[in-house]
Amino acid sequence: MFRGLALGSGGFVVALIAAIGIFLLLQALPSLQANQVSFLTSGEWTTGDPNDMRFGILYLLWVTVATAAFALVLAMPVALGIALFLTQYAPRALARVFAYIIDLLAAVPSIIFGLWGLQVLGPALVPTAEWLNTNLGWFPLFSDGNVSIRGGGTIFTAGIVLAVMILPIITAITREIFERTPKDQIEGALALGATRWEVIRTTVLPFGRAGYVSGSMLGLGRALGETVALYLILSGASGRAPELSLFDGDATIASKIANDAAEFNNEISAGAYIAAGLVLFVLTFVVNALARWITTSRTGK
Amino acid sequence: MSTELELERPAQPPSFQGISTGRKAKNLAATVMVSLCFVVAVIPLVWVLWTVASRGMESLLRADWWSHSLSGVRANEDLGGAYHAIYGTIAQGLVTAVIAVPIGILVGIYLVEYGAGTRFARVTTFTVDILTGVPSIVAALFVYSVWISIFGFSRSAFANCLALLLLMIPMVVRSTEEMLRVVPNELREASYALGIPKWKTIVKVVIPTALSGIVTGVMLGVARIMGETAPALILMAYSARINMDIFEGSMANLPLLMVKEFTNPEAAGFNRTWGAALTLILIIMLFNLAATLVSRLSAVKTK
Amino acid sequence: MAKRIDVKDLNIYYGKFHAVENVTLSVPPRSVTAFIGPSGCGKSTVLRSLNRMHEVIPGARVDGSVLLDGADIYGAGVDPVEVRRTIGMVFQRPNPFPTMSIRDNVVAGLRLAGTKNRQQLDEVCERSLRGANLWEEVKDRLNKPGGGLSGGQQQRLCIARAIAVQPDVLLMDEPCSALDPISTLAIEDLITELKQDFTIVIVTHNMQQAARVSDQTAFFNLHGVGQPGRLVEIDETSRIFSNPSQRATEDYISGRFG
Repeated sequence: MFRGLALGSGGFVVALIAAIGIFLLLQALPSLQANQVSFLTSGEWTTGDPNDMRFGILYLLWVTVATAAFALVLAMPVALGIALFLTQYAPRALARVFAYIIDLLAAVPSIIFGLWGLQVLGPALVPTAEWLNTNLGWFPLFSDGNVSIRGGGTIFTAGIVLAVMILPIITAITREIFERTPKDQIEGALALGATRWEVIRTTVLPFGRAGYVSGSMLGLGRALGETVALYLILSGASGRAPELSLFDGDATIASKIANDAAEFNNEISAGAYIAAGLVLFVLTFVVNALARWITTSRTGK
Repeated sequence: MSTELELERPAQPPSFQGISTGRKAKNLAATVMVSLCFVVAVIPLVWVLWTVASRGMESLLRADWWSHSLSGVRANEDLGGAYHAIYGTIAQGLVTAVIAVPIGILVGIYLVEYGAGTRFARVTTFTVDILTGVPSIVAALFVYSVWISIFGFSRSAFANCLALLLLMIPMVVRSTEEMLRVVPNELREASYALGIPKWKTIVKVVIPTALSGIVTGVMLGVARIMGETAPALILMAYSARINMDIFEGSMANLPLLMVKEFTNPEAAGFNRTWGAALTLILIIMLFNLAATLVSRLSAVKTK
Repeated sequence: MAKRIDVKDLNIYYGKFHAVENVTLSVPPRSVTAFIGPSGCGKSTVLRSLNRMHEVIPGARVDGSVLLDGADIYGAGVDPVEVRRTIGMVFQRPNPFPTMSIRDNVVAGLRLAGTKNRQQLDEVCERSLRGANLWEEVKDRLNKPGGGLSGGQQQRLCIARAIAVQPDVLLMDEPCSALDPISTLAIEDLITELKQDFTIVIVTHNMQQAARVSDQTAFFNLHGVGQPGRLVEIDETSRIFSNPSQRATEDYISGRFG
């Protein structure tokens, strides 16, 4: 009986994931059929009138991927540094306290990061953003975007906040793997007369690389799905196509859904957002599955 | 080879094969960079916490904040409080936990005690991993499409709990799994040797041994979901009034209160938003602290 | 190349714990010195203090001096990295770097020191592998990972790695305890050859091994649990095993220990 119960719960969880995919698809299909434009290649988004649905994922997808990728580029090296600091450099008595401080970052709810990004960090970043835009504007990522830089509601601000948010995730996993670097490897390198940094390069980094990559993927998954921080920071509909710059604004898939939740008054309109949610689900599914695959294929050896 | 010479030669300080300045410089540079990374991470933490504390303190110092709702309070009045939202946050967190904990523990038990090594267990583990990564907004859309679209229920705090459930179950599974794996096999075998059936061994021997770890995991999980906002935006309607009924009507929670008030341009709106932020952080810290305490206290007991 | 070691009044502490007390001994160049004694007597600790490897453990510190041809390895301004570069070490369990090929393992130390010349690296690789009696067995698979070798081969690979940087002294911490008897024999033969070029100090649990390979033997003991370990006596190996001057040594050697 007890065994059945436990097995049933396991089955329930498996069924849940399948159900998420299936039900989202079921709810999205009628809207996709009613869609007047191509869902995958259009950037338009007008869903108010069930008889004239025009919605495409393209612009949202760009902002989603760009924000998450920018966050990842910022967070990965820093997280690596922190993980090394905590496992290889910090005095052991302090390492636990330091690690706890980094974990505290993960305990702060995303809405608070969002609020901080909107009201504090965003305005503080405007001079930097303007400088980049003025002096390095020839570089496509720093060229003019589709929203005002002065407003702060750009991929640039959002990416930095997201980077802070995923930092503890990447750090935690990387740290855990670095800690497991076999001691005899480290001693072997030391006995060859390696400096601390060389010990890290010859033993810790090769040993922990897979864990680091997989932790980064989990961070990426988290960044892709982050909703409320971006809902607060990004400046909402600009109506203009993105310029493929870090100073684009508008919305990510998730923040768009949160933004327009009040619009869910008929099933066809809601279905458009559910279709967008399905894309997000698939995206995070792939990224997370990849992360797990990296870990298991590595430990399987 | 000039061994004799070397032996007779008086000791000179550079007797060791020195390392090049380039290597020393690289080592120093790495040390500096790595330490800087840590500092870089601490800056936003301190900055965020300071912002929240300094901006939110004013609201928290008013006695009404903890005992009144915002019912009937105008947007520009620094009156009323967050009682309705605090109640909502805690009630929704607890209801979610009450449902998520048994399911999560059972899945954890299945994975460690029954399924270990089987194909279905591997599938389940993978699914739990994926569930961990499901964005909260997707969980919310799923609950919306099943609970509201298909079953026809209206938006409610309970619908929010259902979405939070999806986020919390994998956390409980993880911590259960981890704690059960730590329970030494000798304990199980000792129990079997007494002729005690497997399920009873699990309930009477394995779970109690792992309990403190599981409780810690659950508390951390509750702390996590209480800060979730996205599901509430889709599945709940905000109410400035106190509503005790999870299943009916509009209800508040702290994140939702913040979302409602941050667009309020009055000074009172600013105070309420950041007051709610500080309150939320305090509640989350309280749960985190309790989790640490539970694990500390029971860790001593086992020794 | 090979240098002598003079240890004077060496005390080793881990935090408040006094691990080893008042060790004074000398190791002549081009010889093999064996450290023997019961578990916990501090012989490995003394060995690791000879190239400052014990500092890996937080709270470890030493009093006294360890002189390498007269230069104090604990002297002010001496970098432990330089010491370890000069005094190599082979460990209890073979520890080749798993992500590196056999060749890369052997030349890892030289690479760290900045040698990039491929021809030179290849030469050192061959010379070191020959020196470790491993060349014939692995010359056709130098690019395969070092982890694929047998335990005994891995240990000889680690010895090749240690001698590739041409250290003055080679420390060996129970190098055969994880190996089968045949591999052990191969390593013992190797040690006898290596002493032509290196000063060797070896910790061993195996008294026959000490008797077979070493020129002089140091016996360490401790009075009781929680007491510091100390050097009981050091003498020519033949004398230690036939006619030791201390009663404790004789008891230990003849198995009447404890």
